[in-house]
Amino acid sequence: MSEMIVSARGLDLTFETNDGPVQALKDVSLDVEKGEFVSFIGPSGCGKTTFLRCVAGLEQPTGGTLAVNGMSADAARRARAYGYVFQAAGLYPWRTIGGNVRLPLEIMRLSEEEKARRVRETLALVDLEGFEKKFPWQLSGGMQQRASIARALSFDAELLLMDEPFGALDEIVRDRLNEELLALWARTGKTMLFVTHSIPEAVYLSTKIVVMSPRPGRISDVIESPLPRERPLDIRDTPEFIEIAHRVREGLRAGMAAA
Amino acid sequence: MSETPLSAPQAGIGRSGRAAFWLRNSAGTLFPVATVIAAILALWYLACIPMNAQQSVLEAERAGAIVSPETAADRRDLGGIVLGLRNPGPAVTGAFAQDRPRLPAPHQVAAELWGSTVGQKITSPRSLIYHGWVTLSATLLGFAIGTALGILLAVGIVHSRVMDMSVMPWAIVSQTVPIIAIAPMIIVVLYSIGVQGIVPKAVISAYLSFFPVVVGMVTGLRSPDAMQLDLLRTYGASEEQTLRKLRVPASLPYLFASLKIGVAASLVGAIVGELPTGAVSGLGARLLAGSYYGQTVQIWSALFAAAILAAMLVALISLIERLSLSRMGLSR
Repeated sequence: MSEMIVSARGLDLTFETNDGPVQALKDVSLDVEKGEFVSFIGPSGCGKTTFLRCVAGLEQPTGGTLAVNGMSADAARRARAYGYVFQAAGLYPWRTIGGNVRLPLEIMRLSEEEKARRVRETLALVDLEGFEKKFPWQLSGGMQQRASIARALSFDAELLLMDEPFGALDEIVRDRLNEELLALWARTGKTMLFVTHSIPEAVYLSTKIVVMSPRPGRISDVIESPLPRERPLDIRDTPEFIEIAHRVREGLRAGMAAA
Repeated sequence: MSETPLSAPQAGIGRSGRAAFWLRNSAGTLFPVATVIAAILALWYLACIPMNAQQSVLEAERAGAIVSPETAADRRDLGGIVLGLRNPGPAVTGAFAQDRPRLPAPHQVAAELWGSTVGQKITSPRSLIYHGWVTLSATLLGFAIGTALGILLAVGIVHSRVMDMSVMPWAIVSQTVPIIAIAPMIIVVLYSIGVQGIVPKAVISAYLSFFPVVVGMVTGLRSPDAMQLDLLRTYGASEEQTLRKLRVPASLPYLFASLKIGVAASLVGAIVGELPTGAVSGLGARLLAGSYYGQTVQIWSALFAAAILAAMLVALISLIERLSLSRMGLSR
């Protein structure tokens, strides 16, 4: 039995809003093992981002239990157990690419040589060597998002949380980054939690696909992917791929109908 | 395709293009700017004629000319425009060279400015540079105090709800009190505890300049969006780290905008602070002495000296702003 990175049991989260309480998560139970690539897919309002923020300790669940790396989500956050990639790259415009990747390392007070080494290594990992001294506005959107992934990887956390990181990019760039992300995952062996609203993206990347549905946000299906870990882009034309994509679509439709 | 670095091809174009643009642009604006200045000067010279008509006509009468109306008593209640129209010759010829004109002509002000800066030793009490330095030193001290106080208050306001609700209203109220009313009180109170010289003026100057800094810095320190704050939370960053790594750099463009307003306000504060002290030295003293003795040319030249000083201070801050923002990669 491998190590459990994320373990959620009966997770509930209700937001108090001016229009009354909104149930963002209802009875969400999920286990993520070390080294898995788990995608969360569903329409907006299904709680996929909220769940990710709970794992990150950025939201407090109102019910149920949640363990990240065997501790509470908040403790895991303070132990810097994960890297988080937001939908927008959100690089600091006044820092160079290298400076942005160095930001978490500065906060963690690493030594100067250690910072320099890790910046160099992580930029190489996302194929951004030679861009260390450029400012964010000098890079394309895809490159900025790669830099933000480097920033999340730089302190070598076991877990990577990604909230629709490629949502704002065009399809060609997105395909390329997906391919690179898989290679990165294979090389680093990290555990990935990946929120998306694209079915092909979810199926292509994941070992496990969590289909969610809205009002209240809940899990409607969990699909273990039978695809091999080595995945060239044209795997998307194979019958197995199409069958999983079909099952995801069915799950999404059933969820919408129930709501 | 969209993966190609935008930097390589555009950086070069950007640089040379920018220089060319600037040249083209300044050539394009030179003419309109010169036109506006010429129009202002023309209007000013024109205004001198009716403003100084009483004196011009009086001098013409003393020189033996026939003027209308003939007696000074009859002329006294006439407006300058009517008087100028009834005596166009003397009004025009006598308007621009009087000793104590109501409105000095631009060249008189310029000559006085020149004479009292270049034409005097810097240590002379007739030198505008001497008086300007007296005012400037109080301005700079007050500006430094005001800026430091403003930044400190803004940091407190952003981090403490109590400070937000207790300090901000008073900061706003402080600016609704006319400075001319509160300045003598500050000077008297400080004098009674033995503080005099440059400090009271600097206090008044700081009183005016801290406010724009508070307002600008509160906005600036709050400018990072929720995502940028969340990012630092994912690193487990402390409040102090968040302030240093995110809030302060994000607030710099706001700070510079505030500093430009603040430095001009500081100068006004220092000048106002010189008025109730008996007018010994400083630009404010020149203004006051000029108005005691009806030396309008002196008043106007002191006014212009103050305006030039303010423009130089603002330009200096703009320069520092450009340098630091471009070093931070924030200006394109």
